[in-house]
Amino acid sequence: MKTKKVLAVASKGGHLIQLMRLKPVLDRYDTTYVSNQKLSAVPAFVKVTDANLDSKPRLLLLFLQLLMLHLRVRPDVVISTGAAPGFFALVIGKCLGSRTIWLDSIANAEELSLSGRKVRRYADLWLTQWQDLVTEDGPEFKGRVL
Amino acid sequence: MIFLTVGTQLPFDRLVRLIDRWAERNPQVKVFAQIGDTDYQPRHFESCTFLDGEAYASAFKKAEFIIAHAGMGTILSALMAAKPVVVFPRVAALGEHRNEHQLATCRKLEGLKGCYIAYEDEQLLTLLDNLQGLEGEQISPYASDQLIDAIDNFIRQP
Repeated sequence: MKTKKVLAVASKGGHLIQLMRLKPVLDRYDTTYVSNQKLSAVPAFVKVTDANLDSKPRLLLLFLQLLMLHLRVRPDVVISTGAAPGFFALVIGKCLGSRTIWLDSIANAEELSLSGRKVRRYADLWLTQWQDLVTEDGPEFKGRVL
Repeated sequence: MIFLTVGTQLPFDRLVRLIDRWAERNPQVKVFAQIGDTDYQPRHFESCTFLDGEAYASAFKKAEFIIAHAGMGTILSALMAAKPVVVFPRVAALGEHRNEHQLATCRKLEGLKGCYIAYEDEQLLTLLDNLQGLEGEQISPYASDQLIDAIDNFIRQP
């Protein structure tokens, strides 16, 4: 059986550190890591622009970078811990036929992150890291990075 | 050595000023800091705006103690390196963040070994005055097996 292709996306800092704590599972697949911070010691890495809600043109550039990347890699699964790059990657992934996982940051203990709430309809597996935030129609809790 | 970091996205004057006050009274303890866009410039320890990956790792490695805003990246890094981390949350009501998630994080992390939370100035200063009594806690470099397995099961589905 062909190894599945995974696109693993996170913005720099805490989001990326949380994503890298999933490395044991991500490395079982043909995974391309994506961030706006340089990352070494992974087999495949792509850097994207640093963008957030404060800059619309940068967000557009980020979206286009992620779209091109998706078309090149054609991942079976897209996974993200946040924030903006992960949101876009899941939207693109879902629309173009990938299966998608959102793991909301462990920093969001009392309410989901903004991107975590907005990504809901694009996430096939929609996870929070806090049991208190689980509701009947999601998100689900399946453990945490800590 | 103490490494103080407030992340790189937002200023955190209140914390940097407090540590400066403490450093003035404790010149024997070396402090180094990454203070981002913080306006207040500390006079009693060395600081810089931004450290790249390598410089950050080096400062982190040299430090015996970490002091930080309640950013999960820093907290996780400290626990992975078994360094005690003193955490002082940003308060959105004081204009230090966009929302109060750092306070929420701290309430959830209370009691976590290796992580020492201070909400008030005095609490922070008390922790610093008893620095040698703080112990680090080594955590696994990876997420819980439960989470790893759940994600693996999902990816593996046809």
